[in-house]
Amino acid sequence: MARYFDVKRQTGFATIAIVTFVLLYLPIAILVIYAFNEGESLANWEGFSLRWFVAAANNDAVKQAAWRSLVIAAFAATFATIAATMAALATTRTRRYRGLTFKYAMINQPLMVPEIVTAVALLIVFSQVKVWTGYSGLGYLILAHTAFCIPFAYLPVRARLENMDLALESAAADLYATPWKTFRRITLPLLQPGIVAGFMLAFVISLDDVVITEFVKSGGQDTLPTYMLGQLRRVITPEVNAIATLFLALSVLIVTAFFFINRQKA
Amino acid sequence: MKHMWKAVVAAAALAASAGLAEAAGELNIYNWGDYTNPELLKKFEAEHGVKVTVTDYDSNDTALAKVRAGGHGFDIVVPSANYIPIWVKEGLLLEARPDQMENFKNVDKRWVDVPWDPGRHYSVPWQWGFSGIGVNTSVYDGDINTSAIFLDPPAELVNKINVEPEMTDVMFATIKYLGGDWCTEDRELLKKVRDKLVEAKTKWLAMDYSVTEKLPRGDYSAVYYWNGAIMRSRLANPDIKFGFPKEGFPIFMDSVAILKDAKNPENAKLFMNFIMDPENAALISAHAKYANGIAGSEQYMPPEMKDAPELVIPAEYEDAGEFLEQCSPEVSQLYTRIWTEVSK
Amino acid sequence: MAREPELAARQAHRAEIRSRWLLSAPALIIIFVAAVGPLFVMLAYSVMVRGDYGDVRFGEFSSEGWFNVFFQRDIFDDTITYADAHLSIFWRSIRLSLITTVSTLILGFPTAYFIATRPRHTREVWVFLITIPFWTNLLIRTFAMQEVIRNEGVVNTLLQALGVIDQPIQILYTDWAILFGMVYVYLPLMVLPLYASMERLDFRLVEAGYDLYAGRFAVLRRIILPLVKPGLVAGSILVFIPSLGAYVTPRVLGGGKNMMLGNLIELQFGAGRNWPLGAALSITLMVIVMVALLFYVRNASRSGATGHG
Repeated sequence: MARYFDVKRQTGFATIAIVTFVLLYLPIAILVIYAFNEGESLANWEGFSLRWFVAAANNDAVKQAAWRSLVIAAFAATFATIAATMAALATTRTRRYRGLTFKYAMINQPLMVPEIVTAVALLIVFSQVKVWTGYSGLGYLILAHTAFCIPFAYLPVRARLENMDLALESAAADLYATPWKTFRRITLPLLQPGIVAGFMLAFVISLDDVVITEFVKSGGQDTLPTYMLGQLRRVITPEVNAIATLFLALSVLIVTAFFFINRQKA
Repeated sequence: MKHMWKAVVAAAALAASAGLAEAAGELNIYNWGDYTNPELLKKFEAEHGVKVTVTDYDSNDTALAKVRAGGHGFDIVVPSANYIPIWVKEGLLLEARPDQMENFKNVDKRWVDVPWDPGRHYSVPWQWGFSGIGVNTSVYDGDINTSAIFLDPPAELVNKINVEPEMTDVMFATIKYLGGDWCTEDRELLKKVRDKLVEAKTKWLAMDYSVTEKLPRGDYSAVYYWNGAIMRSRLANPDIKFGFPKEGFPIFMDSVAILKDAKNPENAKLFMNFIMDPENAALISAHAKYANGIAGSEQYMPPEMKDAPELVIPAEYEDAGEFLEQCSPEVSQLYTRIWTEVSK
Repeated sequence: MAREPELAARQAHRAEIRSRWLLSAPALIIIFVAAVGPLFVMLAYSVMVRGDYGDVRFGEFSSEGWFNVFFQRDIFDDTITYADAHLSIFWRSIRLSLITTVSTLILGFPTAYFIATRPRHTREVWVFLITIPFWTNLLIRTFAMQEVIRNEGVVNTLLQALGVIDQPIQILYTDWAILFGMVYVYLPLMVLPLYASMERLDFRLVEAGYDLYAGRFAVLRRIILPLVKPGLVAGSILVFIPSLGAYVTPRVLGGGKNMMLGNLIELQFGAGRNWPLGAALSITLMVIVMVALLFYVRNASRSGATGHG
């Protein structure tokens, strides 16, 4: 009779969560399995083989595109997370002030616009700038990606800030900690899960982007998604699966490393 | 924290400089995705000491929009036949005079005086092909040399048809099927075209690009699609047969042209001459499985392509094949509206 | 005497506002340069004359683009009617996006809650697991989804083996496929912000609820839900809006037969060569989104106030 009453339990939630995880992983699992298919098919299993990995490894275009995707995502997510965290600090836990609504609207703007619109608009504007400056490097892509990553980094940070307990910060202030010290020692650590979530979202959104990249890229600037979009018209072989599997493994490696480094610090 | 910042700054500097590192001995090709044989490029790089970069696009309009906007950095582009007059008219192409190049003698005579580039002052053939019917004959073995396969499908094929998602090709086939001509403004006929497409679409399964894997394995039993992909399907499943729509089918040819604001026009000209060599042209075809328009390249082609029925138009269907010209802006707008209504 | 502290307070307030503007400056500038600014160009394009081969004739104005969003001249007899093709595409997109949002919520809320109630040291692992599928490119995930739902795919094979059905169900190339695809692709965007706010949930409040003899459902609805509202709103926004403009998923999983708004707009900028119409359609879409957002924000701030009050 003295059964422990768990206040955190909600009936059925764990089941739904498990279902969610299965749903999330099933397609990925199939994807990875078929990367090892001997045959050319994405559907019929014809035996185990590494031939598609060999093919992908020998494909320079794929390697370059993958590397470029990672570089752009890393920069865009970093810049976006920094800008978004600052903006979140500036727009939460305050009385309403003039311009606050304007800031919300601005920061969330990239979410309100279908990608194709931003893409064409950016094409017109950036290509003019390219002609003027003579610079046509990755900067444009990084800038464009940073812009649409900001709201994705901003939302989790803001959600976190809004639920944060002010008591610790005012306690620190009462103990004569400088605002900066309070921020570094109290606010930032409390905020960290939001920042990490924001960074991850931003990174992934950048990695995923097809349409804007397609329009903004200059010569020789294919990312993995635009490379694969080009392949859409032709035939899809398990080489695409192999590339995806490698990319997945690489990303997981990076995130895992990130995860452990973070833990050590804590 | 400090270390991280140093790394970020260093990497930023690296990324910024990467864009500036445009040395001599380069060639930037802007081409359709998965359309350029890497071996061809390796061979060219080895012969001429030029570093080649390929960037992909997925539609003629994307390529056109991008290049017209400027600041793109490409040397070579590969537009489809009916787009070349636009590129020329908009002043985007360099008059490279490939007809005066050493290897021009290899170009098949029928591809020299083409309507979109008479005498070949701007462009050289890359690959050509056409849209046609692919049917799994184990499902349906009636007459397949007709657009009726997808416009008035036999019962066996209903809901098993895939149609290429290309507005112009589908509109063309339908207009021809109903007895009209391309670029017609005949409203009566166009109304029939719309009604026919709306009705036929309910009997299609998809309008997708994934024919080469789905036709052989039976997800689709019939397609209206490009010949190269149907040939590849036949190699995977011998039941697949190719049909030439007798009412009319569109032919495409993508041609290599040099951009007026190319940074490396000389290398681009070298490349033009290079791909008119039969042995090199065969490399192009070996990758994407379409014919190339260079005489004498057949002998270097992979064996399965040498006598593929899908790559040659038989004499009796020659008149049905047609290169689609650009319609007037008003007519294109009309066609787009019909297409929108069909796709709603 | 009372004036001085008041003055000091006002100065402090002004300094605070200034620093808040400074703090938000980088984000505002980046977004202006690479997102908002170019949009004005778009707006300008929507009222210009269409170019013959895409683009516009700069400086020549016309209302044709906007007219064509809502009305059409009949191909046949030039009578003017509502552009029901456009309107039905708008409606399809809104409906599918709403269903997607609700579905991700149904799956995502319990999942986020599940993660947030794990012991502290395992939570990060679960979050990590949520993001992993996300590390695969959108196109690839969409292809993967296609493999799952096609006729010989896992779902149909399993249902047939269990004897639920004897013929495979056609899921691929239907609206269901688009729906499954979008739910799959956008699910993590719902879970992550929800988790971020649930993780901070004070379970003493929940306990207090039970002490007052509230049932589990009442606790969920009256205590938990209001507290995690910011995450819920954030998640819904993150899912709803990209769904509305989705392009890849309808094209691959819908089989390209039925357009959504993203495809319609792309058609105008691509083969349709009607940039002013494309621009006008885009702005219309933006307006729909803004109305939805306004509704969200209103709702959120209202119940947010009671929730925390």
